[in-house]
Amino acid sequence: MSEQESTKHTIMALVENKPGVLNRVASLFRRRNFNVDSLTVGRTHRPGVSRMTIVVDSQRADVRKIANNLYKLVNVIDVKILSDKPHVSRDLALIKVRTNNADSRNAVTTICERYPARIVDIGTEVAILEITAQEDVVEEMINQLQPIGIVEMIRTGIVAMGRGVRIHDTEYESPLSAIGSHKNGYHV
Amino acid sequence: MKLTGAEIIMECLLRENVDVLFGYPGGAILPTYDAMTKYPQIHHVLVRHEQGAAHMADGYARATGKVGVAIATSGPGATNLVTGIATALMDSSPIVCITGQVGRAAIGSDAFQETDVTGVTLPVTKHNYLVMDVEELAYTIREAFHIARTGRPGPVLIDIPKDVQIASTEFMYPDGEIILPGYQPPLEANADDVDAATKLINQAKRPVILAGHGIIMSSAMQELRELSERANIPVALTLLGKGGFPESHPLSLGMMGMHGSAACNWAIQESDLLIALGMRFDDRVTGNLDTYAINAKKIHVDIDPSELNKNVKVDIGIAGDLKTVIRQLLPQIQPSNHSEWIGRIRNWQEDANQRDIIHAETNSTLLAAQVINDLWKYTDGNAITVTDVGQHQMLEAQYYPHERPQTMITSGGLGTMGFGLPAAMGAKIGVPDQEVWAIVGDGGFQMTLFELATAVQENIDINIAIINNGFLGMVRQWQEFFYEERYHATPMHNPDFCKLAEAYSIPSMRVTNREQVEESVKFARSIKGPTLIDYVVEKHDIVYPMVPAGADLHNMILRPTTQTDEE
Repeated sequence: MSEQESTKHTIMALVENKPGVLNRVASLFRRRNFNVDSLTVGRTHRPGVSRMTIVVDSQRADVRKIANNLYKLVNVIDVKILSDKPHVSRDLALIKVRTNNADSRNAVTTICERYPARIVDIGTEVAILEITAQEDVVEEMINQLQPIGIVEMIRTGIVAMGRGVRIHDTEYESPLSAIGSHKNGYHV
Repeated sequence: MKLTGAEIIMECLLRENVDVLFGYPGGAILPTYDAMTKYPQIHHVLVRHEQGAAHMADGYARATGKVGVAIATSGPGATNLVTGIATALMDSSPIVCITGQVGRAAIGSDAFQETDVTGVTLPVTKHNYLVMDVEELAYTIREAFHIARTGRPGPVLIDIPKDVQIASTEFMYPDGEIILPGYQPPLEANADDVDAATKLINQAKRPVILAGHGIIMSSAMQELRELSERANIPVALTLLGKGGFPESHPLSLGMMGMHGSAACNWAIQESDLLIALGMRFDDRVTGNLDTYAINAKKIHVDIDPSELNKNVKVDIGIAGDLKTVIRQLLPQIQPSNHSEWIGRIRNWQEDANQRDIIHAETNSTLLAAQVINDLWKYTDGNAITVTDVGQHQMLEAQYYPHERPQTMITSGGLGTMGFGLPAAMGAKIGVPDQEVWAIVGDGGFQMTLFELATAVQENIDINIAIINNGFLGMVRQWQEFFYEERYHATPMHNPDFCKLAEAYSIPSMRVTNREQVEESVKFARSIKGPTLIDYVVEKHDIVYPMVPAGADLHNMILRPTTQTDEE
């Protein structure tokens, strides 16, 4: 492996909410040999439009190349490289830790106070913590929790948005939704 | 009016001006085959294997500029199309493939002849669809044709479950605007790029234009010629660019790349400005990227933005339609003669001329290059040639100069053996008033020779030239150069091709010496319907020049100047 530090880039893609779109994006990354760090997808305020946040390690491929290829997909409405400019990015983690004695319970409570985190479930054996923060802050809290004993963990991957009046939106609404198709609602 | 899904498919095809379908029936597509009986305006060509259908649609598309259509059933029918679809994708050929799928309720149940066709073809199509609602069918077909033919053209597949073909609905053709927010092919260059590009062109001392398939697909032949002539800029062609610039033109450098002309490759390596138009710096064109035209600035115009800076870092990348962009550039191009530069190129060309095998004395053997050059001569250089893949393909590129677009059809990007015969048939159906020659090797021909039956059934008037050396010649050539002449798995024990033709009732002729070539062309031309000529050529011939894979473009293996050098 190279000594060089990896360069992460965050891309946002507005996509038509149609069957197979996630598959098309995933297939593109695989066949072009682009490395994905994380990929999240969710609805937007527009019916028929979903939004992806993709974090890539651009040491292996130029981020612009990735953006151009993404845009080439017919169902991808718009692509922007967010990490070029100021942006907000958040990762959410649910972390289950062993809290079967007073020491561990105290330690968990203290850590939660230091981070944008809270205890969302607690019992005699374990507690579930939720943190929503920038990726590095989440990493930091996970490191703090390691000695206490993490037994289970899930992270959503990064969602991101450009700061200020740079608005990444589309006027688009699916023409097919007008004729009553996509009755099954949400699919990606 | 209420129509079934199958009838809607046919109605939509009519409105897309489809006059021929290449296909093969089967269970899941039968409703559509039944509906075809009501639409005699659309002719159906029954192929012998679905791969042939895809290649025919491709050949038809490349000869006419229209969208070619292939149709097949679910499962194996659809998977047999895949090679043809991948071929069309790599060469940006507009085809639409319609496949039947098992009924909606059975999808995902591993039903008989079920395959996830949209999944299988996802990486080899420009776009694909699974139509789950008859209401969406008409719009989807319209969208599919639009995507196939616009922007950077390519194959689009529509998978239609059997019960969607049977279901009926009120048919209204959606002839309004196509709304595809994520699909807006770029058209023109911005003014800054035009200024910067023309500035580079006007300053260049040793410019070369690299012209690719995009010239033909954008119909920018006239614009290219004006650009080249105004500033005396020589034009190098890619394999698929052949026909985009007349090869008899004094500024034509012929083909570039691995088996390109030596003068052309040297000119590229020595140039101070490459103007790449509608080509994609394929590895077969550039050789070693680290030493590729290192002193040249580079301007790249392509309709596909993802091609810019993909393989070669360029100084100015313009995403746009070539015809439009060249027209934008032209007014600012200053006349120039580049006489010193052209003079240097002439010297290189002179050297190449001396080495040319065409001038070699041959004893009794027939050389493939001579056959192809004679075919050019006796067809007045005016035929549509459709090649297969291998030595004969490269020799065609070298020895059959083309003057006009859409006359040279070949599988360039994917290098699909078996392409030649079916693609030639599709081309002939598309342009019936033109002379079409399938120039194929004995290896590739045998990959799809069963389409001879289709040619007979449809009485397709093509001439098939088998360049028969009894070897997988291009592989043999690599074995000779790079594998110490271990000719493993390349000698071919072939059938008697003339007897084979006879079994199909196809008139044929065997040619073993050069004097017979003219007669064979006359013979082929005299017959209405398919003919087959078996040119038995020298087994151990080599295609020169050759840039070994990954080597520097200027370091070519050249043909020795005389035959005695070789021994």
